[in-house]
Amino acid sequence: MTKVPVQMTVNGEERAEFVDSGMTLLKFLRDKIGDLTAKAGCLQGTCGTCTVLIDGEPRLACITLVEDCRGGTIETVAGLAADAELHPLQQALRDHFAAQCGFCTPGMLMAAKALLDSNPHPDRAEVEDALSGNICRCTGYEPIIRAVLSVSTSNARRDTAERGEAMGRASGGRGTFIVHTN
Amino acid sequence: MGGGTILVRRVNEGDISISTYVRLLTPELKQIHVADNTIRLGAGVTMATIAKTPALAFLAPVARSIGGPGVRSAATVGGNLFARSPHGDFGVALLVLDAVVCIEGPEGCNEVDLETFFKSRRQLARGSIVTAVRFRRPMPEDFRFVKISRVKPNGAAVLSIAALLSRTQGHVSAARIALGAMANTPVRAHNLEAALRETTLTPRDIERAVVSAAADTTPRLMRSPANGTGRQCFPFISAGCSRPEFLHLPRAA
Repeated sequence: MTKVPVQMTVNGEERAEFVDSGMTLLKFLRDKIGDLTAKAGCLQGTCGTCTVLIDGEPRLACITLVEDCRGGTIETVAGLAADAELHPLQQALRDHFAAQCGFCTPGMLMAAKALLDSNPHPDRAEVEDALSGNICRCTGYEPIIRAVLSVSTSNARRDTAERGEAMGRASGGRGTFIVHTN
Repeated sequence: MGGGTILVRRVNEGDISISTYVRLLTPELKQIHVADNTIRLGAGVTMATIAKTPALAFLAPVARSIGGPGVRSAATVGGNLFARSPHGDFGVALLVLDAVVCIEGPEGCNEVDLETFFKSRRQLARGSIVTAVRFRRPMPEDFRFVKISRVKPNGAAVLSIAALLSRTQGHVSAARIALGAMANTPVRAHNLEAALRETTLTPRDIERAVVSAAADTTPRLMRSPANGTGRQCFPFISAGCSRPEFLHLPRAA
């Protein structure tokens, strides 16, 4: 098998490796660099548990060739938590009991992150569409959707508060601003 | 290969007939050209790109109906033309748009209409690749697309139906209709097209026209790979045509 060089950024870390030509990104992540967060489910691009972000876009690592990721930025669940602090999406899934066996969870998290990165305040239909490529056989999806929507609501509160603070600063602290958060 | 949604999954499945991937890195394959009258989509343009390109807004519902976001980021226009039924919804839309497929091979560049392409896509000359599709830019309000699937929002099609219906003073002056998941490839519904001409697209017109679509449902057409058995596709066509997205009637009507 021909070896080819690949170089990319995985969760903020530069990676340069020689890989077998035709290797999938999933195999690269799991077998080559030891990131086991992306799961090997159907290997058919159907279940979504191998979902990772490539340059911010959700992609299915099991049907993506690693050679097509050269120079790209890869994000997996391994890069979500900052030290001991969970990412807001991880915390929301925990708070809403949205993981049972947990096999689909990495894919769900990355699909949801792709949505919230591009659209911080999605509605329910947008969340359903964003998760439509990810299969869960335990939860019935409802707790997962509620968890993602709760992060959307938190984002809205944070943005409203930040706008209020910015307006306060712009007025030099004069005047009163009432910030409504629902 | 295009985005890998067909070929890589076959390799993962253990298909030993595939020994080599040929990846095409030509930037032109990913380009979209929108001129006054013509649109040209490179074969490597993804469904995700189509869904977010303002000039292709009329095709966004078609692109968004294909797979989940992970699939749409990889699935390409060229790959979709080779997708086995019941997949290949984008080809259904291209069929009503009277698209031409640009094929480059050892003999040079060749252009074939999509209906011919679908009949011969398994016999492409060795070394040939699909590089682009080209079609006339439609009036966005003339184009309609409906997909019916068992799994919402993005399951495989039980039926996808695309239509290009031009109206003059309220009457249908020209109609092109294509059906997906009703045969091995997307197919035109010529009888349904003829029955809808000169109508005003009222629910009653649709109901009558759909009856004539029975003649479009040849035995081959009725053998849908969606469930692997012969079935009557008439009720599905009827349901598809009756959907508001197809009729495009004002709310008051």
